[in-house]
Amino acid sequence: MDRVHELIAFLLIALGVTVTRFHFAPRVIRPLVRAQIYRAGVCLLPMIGFLGCALGLIIIGQTVSLLERVGAEDFIGKLMVTVVVRELGPLLTAVVVLARVGAATVVELGTSRAQGDVEALEALGIDPIHYLVVPRMWGLAVSVFALTIYLVLTALLSGYLFAFLQNVPMRPSEYFQQLAGALRWEDFVMLTLKATAFGIIIAVVTCYQGLAKPLRIEEVPAATTRAVVSSVVACILVDAVFVVAYLLI
Amino acid sequence: MSATVEKIARPPVIEMFDVAVSSARAPDIAVVADVNWRVLLDDFWVLGAPPGSGKSDLLATAAGLQLPLRGVHRLFGQELLSLGEAERLHERLRVGVVFEGGARPFTHLTVADNVALPLRYHREGSEADIRQRVEEILEATGLAAVADRAPAHLVRSMHPRVGLARALALAPEVLLLDDPLAGLDPRQTRWWLDFIGSLAAGHPILKSRKMTLVVACGHMRPWMNRGRQFALLKDKQLLPLGGRAELEHCNEPLLRELVAAEFTSD
Repeated sequence: MDRVHELIAFLLIALGVTVTRFHFAPRVIRPLVRAQIYRAGVCLLPMIGFLGCALGLIIIGQTVSLLERVGAEDFIGKLMVTVVVRELGPLLTAVVVLARVGAATVVELGTSRAQGDVEALEALGIDPIHYLVVPRMWGLAVSVFALTIYLVLTALLSGYLFAFLQNVPMRPSEYFQQLAGALRWEDFVMLTLKATAFGIIIAVVTCYQGLAKPLRIEEVPAATTRAVVSSVVACILVDAVFVVAYLLI
Repeated sequence: MSATVEKIARPPVIEMFDVAVSSARAPDIAVVADVNWRVLLDDFWVLGAPPGSGKSDLLATAAGLQLPLRGVHRLFGQELLSLGEAERLHERLRVGVVFEGGARPFTHLTVADNVALPLRYHREGSEADIRQRVEEILEATGLAAVADRAPAHLVRSMHPRVGLARALALAPEVLLLDDPLAGLDPRQTRWWLDFIGSLAAGHPILKSRKMTLVVACGHMRPWMNRGRQFALLKDKQLLPLGGRAELEHCNEPLLRELVAAEFTSD
């Protein structure tokens, strides 16, 4: 429970630093945010493209095909929006970013802290939260959001392609009309909020595990495992809150 | 009388009254207690301290990076806790610190970018001005030839120089050095002693302004002819010993041990 309190305090400090130092040292912080977007966003595009195709071919294509066979083709749009746009897209993207970037962040920051980088930054009057955490937080928030959009688009397109190859008698215009009809304005708002929240959660949890306490080098692997588990649990809990929000709207 | 006049003419830059210094790893434990110490402008203090005596924590507290457990700590005549965040940062930046081993250079930045980092973070000058300042510092510290290299491609013994160059970027008035000669070969040691001596005398990169220096070290012999004020960290206490003249009459066994200790480059 103490760790949850510390984590929430760490998140509030990082958000506070973002607000109070929003215009401070832009020529140092903005390149760091861009570097994080490149690392967590651009570099993961091929992987997200591959996963989107796999998701489309394995799940969506089969679902479309099945619904056609049982005569429930009217539900395709609704089902795709609920499964892919609302749930699988953001969550799967968050898991990929956590595995590829989040775990590396704990190792980097844990090693960095163990070797005295935090003290070196403080000696130069540079706020370690501002320099190390804020760029990762906003870089990952933007990256998870952008990658979620790519994953959803790739999955929906490749899903239809698979259904088409299986000779499902559904024209592309019908498929996309159903999708457009099933999408509501709150889906766009919730997708944006959820993906951004997942990015912030991954950044804050991994930075907290790497930075909050002085680590010895041999403690870094255990901190990485804790960060991955905590991030997954936190993302699922936040996802549950969004599900409740959907039901209430 | 002349000593008194000199003390009045040279204002205190660091003052500690009944200060208890905490440890970075255990913030509730005092590693050095009852510190009463005044560093005046242009002083050159040499603190002899055996390993594990709390010299790094004392320097961090003196620089305002760590809060004392108790007591009064002033930088340039002002208590940091009584200042707002911006003023506190302004006072803190007047004191540079080079931790033991030179504080590892940031590996994601080149040598030049390491030195430019504090300038880009704190100053609003143009990029051309920053580059010019960085070139001056790199030239003075003998790093100009490796300016564009990543720290990973530098000889390890050059890393502390990057830490020193980075600490000098903001032209601090006081520089605190934590065992700067640890692990250096004789050639590097000679360079460091000469360069720190030139900072004390007034280096061109500081517009020939004399720099106030505090060097904490485990081997005092290399500093005996360079320091002007001496102190020891012994049994969790800071023992000011006075100037070179007073050292000759000092019978403190730890002083003899730290001066006699064979200086080896690890």
